[in-house]
Amino acid sequence: MNMLKNLFQGNKLVIGIPYGWFLLLVAIPLLIVMKISLSEMEATSVSNMISWTNGLPTLKLNFANYQFIFSDALYVKTYISSIKYALITTLICLAIGYPFAYFMARAPKHVQPTLLMLIMLPFWTSFLLRIYAWKTLLVSNGVINNVLMSLHVINAPLEMMNNSFSLTIGMVYSYLPFMILPLYANLSKLDLRYLEAAADLGTSPFKAFWLITVPLSKAGIIAGSMLVFIPAVGEFVIPELLGGPDTLMIGRVLWDEFFSNNDWPMAAAVAVVMIALILVPMAILNKAEAKLEEA
Amino acid sequence: MKLSNSKYLLSMAVIGAGLTLAGCGESDKTAADASKPAASTEVAAAAPAAGEEEKVLNIYNWSDYLAEDTIPNFEKETGIKVRYDIFDSNEILHAKMIAKNTGYDIVVPSSNWGKMQIDGGLIQKLDKSKLPNWKNLDPTVLAQLAQLDPGNEHLVDWLWSYTTVGINVDKVKTALGDMPMPENTWDLVFDPKYTSKLKSCGISMLDAPSEVFPIALRYVHKPEFSLVEADYKAAFDMLMKVRPDIKRFNSGGQIEDLASGNICVALGWAGDFNLARKRSIENKSEQHIEALVTKMGGYMFMDTMAIPADAKHPNNAHKFINYILEGKVHAGLTNAVTYANPNKAATPFVSDEIKNNKTIYLSDADVKNLIPPGNVDNATRRIETRLYTQFKTGT
Repeated sequence: MNMLKNLFQGNKLVIGIPYGWFLLLVAIPLLIVMKISLSEMEATSVSNMISWTNGLPTLKLNFANYQFIFSDALYVKTYISSIKYALITTLICLAIGYPFAYFMARAPKHVQPTLLMLIMLPFWTSFLLRIYAWKTLLVSNGVINNVLMSLHVINAPLEMMNNSFSLTIGMVYSYLPFMILPLYANLSKLDLRYLEAAADLGTSPFKAFWLITVPLSKAGIIAGSMLVFIPAVGEFVIPELLGGPDTLMIGRVLWDEFFSNNDWPMAAAVAVVMIALILVPMAILNKAEAKLEEA
Repeated sequence: MKLSNSKYLLSMAVIGAGLTLAGCGESDKTAADASKPAASTEVAAAAPAAGEEEKVLNIYNWSDYLAEDTIPNFEKETGIKVRYDIFDSNEILHAKMIAKNTGYDIVVPSSNWGKMQIDGGLIQKLDKSKLPNWKNLDPTVLAQLAQLDPGNEHLVDWLWSYTTVGINVDKVKTALGDMPMPENTWDLVFDPKYTSKLKSCGISMLDAPSEVFPIALRYVHKPEFSLVEADYKAAFDMLMKVRPDIKRFNSGGQIEDLASGNICVALGWAGDFNLARKRSIENKSEQHIEALVTKMGGYMFMDTMAIPADAKHPNNAHKFINYILEGKVHAGLTNAVTYANPNKAATPFVSDEIKNNKTIYLSDADVKNLIPPGNVDNATRRIETRLYTQFKTGT
């Protein structure tokens, strides 16, 4: 009786919900993906791992896919290239997003909700439509080229589409709000008295910004960077629509494995390695946050 | 306090992203709805008699591949309500078939994918006693298809076309200058002598290894569906020589790219080139587009109707296949989408413009020249995809 009562205590139930969510929607699917990655592909089905011979189960684990990933230079190159594009995206988002968030946080209090709304507004339009819109802007007979040509700034259309330029623009555009929002949340709570004190003691505004504002907004910078970096590594839609033939991204390689090669185990293995790649920065973030909390 | 505020913002961001996703889903749905024939809402409410199938048929077919009246007329004729969904790549269909329980009674894979699905036991045999219109089918096309589906037991051709070279005539002439057109048309995309000149007006290639390699293999005098890795390396080496001259790899966008003058030469589907031609004539644009018939032969592909093994309404599916095989109906498809049909009885109903277009209705000799649809095993497909990725990235 006592145990039963314990079990149904409100607080445990409340904690149980996120744990159950995690188990059902994260842990179990991940295990299934891992299981598939250790199987073999037959013509139109994935092989069974456990076979029964004379009533004894035989477990067959196939690590060939993982071996293959590290033996074929394509995968390593693709992982590196994905991380490179994700990093570039993160850095540009930070460079644009920080002043943006700073300006928002310093804007008059009554304007801030409007500014915030403006950041959120693009989300109301379909993500796909917004990426397609970039296509019409960037193509060689698109808006930008036509305007520049009619103004005689350029003679031949600029090649802005289906290369790393269009890819980077698309990624930065799509992920910028995820950088701005946590930074704004952080910067808007900055205690301005620190800066006043610094000014009183004769610090130049720039130095005060560098020595006070930036270190205090570290949590926001980390959160924003992670929110941009992690989804950017695995991005599929933007490289598919805006990337060029020579932009290697892991999302596209995964698609190839799954659909073109019809090799589900290999696709699963590529995905597992990608998750591992994302978990590393996550772990770093967690550590950094823990440290901040201690301080 | 500090954290909770940022968490609030985060959750707003997440909700925003959720909205976006919901938006995507919605737009997909409306697109699918729009493509559904309007008459599908008129449900014929005939109650199924004992032992008879419910009057419903679920079809999964390619986008833009149907005449406006095809489905409404079928519904009127039979009282069967059709639910019509669309896809745009064999890969997507194949993944669904492997997962089973698609819920569809008719699917339309290309024949080489259909073969894989037959081998995997995912497609059921046709009952030809239920297909009196079978006699309309062109024996030449049936023979081509029988190479993948012996005895034509599972697949019925919907429409067919072939992979070839399409050009913007005037732009190519300008780019080539005094150089005459090559005797082997494939040189336009495979020989650096030509590609280095055509580079200036733009070359595009299909982003589909399984369709480019058979042609590339034939071009370097290897078997089109070779299982030998060295043959693929030879084709790959040939392709790499023209790689610097290629502007674009895509499959769906060639119609628009050609019609708008963004590219002047494409390795792609003859049916699409004729659609591009039709469009630029309709829009009175200056682009003069033509599909070319190559002496060496292109790669024939057939999109075929098949009934999944677990289809719930196989009888209705047979009725539908038989309906399509009626000459008038099949001709309607061809008139609408400029792809050739395999139906002898349809020819009188096909518009003259299409019938006289030698790149849609090929001569018998030209049909014999084509590479018939074929297939390779999973391991070879992996080699194809891998080499093609390398080809695209140019490294």
